[in-house]
Amino acid sequence: MIISIASGKGGTGKTTIATNLARSIGSNVQLLDCDVEEPNAHLFINPSFEETETVFVSVPEVDEEKCTFCGKCGEICQFKAIAVVNENVLVFEELCHSCGGCWEVCPEGAITQSDRELGVIQKGHSNGIEFIHGKLRVGEAMSPPLIKKVRSYENPEKLTIIDAPPGTSCPVIASMKNADFVILVTEPTPFGLYDLKLAVAAAQMMAIPLGLVINRSDLGDDNVRQYAHQMGLAILMEIPFDRKIAEAYSQGEMLVDVMPEWRDSFQGLHYKVEKLIKQPGAI
Amino acid sequence: MKELVVISGKGGTGKTSLIAAFASLAKSKVLCDADVDAADLHLIMHPRIFMCADFKSGHTADIDKNRCTECGLCLDLCRFSAISDDFKVNRIDCEGCGVCLYFCPEKAIDFPENTCGEWFNSDTRFGPMVHARLGIAEENSGKLVTLVRQESKRLADEKNLDLILTDGPPGVGCPVIASIGGAKLANHFKVPAMVCVNKFDLNPDLTRDIENFAADEGLCCLGRIPFDPIFTKAMVQGQTIFEYNSASSAGEAVHKIWNTLSDILNLQIP
Repeated sequence: MIISIASGKGGTGKTTIATNLARSIGSNVQLLDCDVEEPNAHLFINPSFEETETVFVSVPEVDEEKCTFCGKCGEICQFKAIAVVNENVLVFEELCHSCGGCWEVCPEGAITQSDRELGVIQKGHSNGIEFIHGKLRVGEAMSPPLIKKVRSYENPEKLTIIDAPPGTSCPVIASMKNADFVILVTEPTPFGLYDLKLAVAAAQMMAIPLGLVINRSDLGDDNVRQYAHQMGLAILMEIPFDRKIAEAYSQGEMLVDVMPEWRDSFQGLHYKVEKLIKQPGAI
Repeated sequence: MKELVVISGKGGTGKTSLIAAFASLAKSKVLCDADVDAADLHLIMHPRIFMCADFKSGHTADIDKNRCTECGLCLDLCRFSAISDDFKVNRIDCEGCGVCLYFCPEKAIDFPENTCGEWFNSDTRFGPMVHARLGIAEENSGKLVTLVRQESKRLADEKNLDLILTDGPPGVGCPVIASIGGAKLANHFKVPAMVCVNKFDLNPDLTRDIENFAADEGLCCLGRIPFDPIFTKAMVQGQTIFEYNSASSAGEAVHKIWNTLSDILNLQIP
């Protein structure tokens, strides 16, 4: 089973929910941090990393001996990543989407695939949790290929929890795709509500069942709850603002460790998600 | 003309609230919301939109069943697994590379341009604002960010305003690179960066670590803002913190930061 934790708005508590849920389940669980631009879950899980893997994407390499400068590669490329200027072929690797068009089209076989480093994947364990995250190279624009690589380590025998990046564009879609359930973490503020609506639309577009967790639930207003009610969205959990929680978070400590009474709530969250997957509308 | 971009790396650190507060303090400026993926600045600025335009970018393949002979070449060539076994293109997976249609022997694949979102020119009580809305699951947010920033510059030129206040997106990837600007990233692209720590009192030790890191990287530390529920309260009312309450501790900190900032920005004017 795959549960993806997403939010629309940043800083609503995705990582808090993902890490505490994983810790409360404790066994037969894997946590995949797919926020590869800013992976933070390891700061709470403290895994011992056993393996590091460099991830590459394919980019063209041109053999100028064979090249006749016909320009077909520049013509097929939609991303302006390769261009023929007089007797020169210019390759802009950071713009390349690795579609393979240029090396497929080259009549001289002058273009081959070479590797460009996108980032790294690290794998480790901590207290029964299998932990995997990706780290995008700074200055690198395209995170979806790295997210897909992190997700290639999903183990269907285990419960997979995915910590998604904020927003609703391609990296978020890559982190929600094929999930059995999406938990959207929000806060009861105008920013929280506006971005929640976008995230709900994204999950619904992909036809993935979803439920809400409202963080800092006693700050702000009541509009998120009203929206949830109107849309028939289940509120699975509420976490009130507590300075102790905020301080623990800033020390890299986990909620369920500092305040063990929360462990039951997170196990309840897991139970509700399972119930909603089996029986939509049950909660 | 100067452009001040607020970015953070991590989401929810207070970028938009800070930009909104600066909007209260800055004299002549254009507001620019470059977080096109989850734009929130308008919830405080309440812009009156006077110009709205479609943002078109990229293409999506579309197989015409009538012309398709189901030869399967496109399936083999597509590196994004965007074509199903019954020859339908999954719009979400399609990267818009055009490889399938280039090689299709029957020319059975169309390639319409995508309308990925909208962008707006508006008026607010603090001056002009340029903002946008990217469609759900759409790509090319970097291009839309670039467009929004170009339009902000054009407006600033036209109206003779000497500052652009830009609210950046979270993360360090494509849309953030497009808004140019965490610390390492700004350094990487050689944009002068300054650091301000929000909710600093939740962990004074870590605040010092952040400031030490900034100093080591040669970045100027602008100041600290205490944790203050006024940011949430003002947001709920659709106001900046100064409109909500002109004498809060957070407001005082932001005011100080703004004074430092305007000194620095002025100093750099040749």
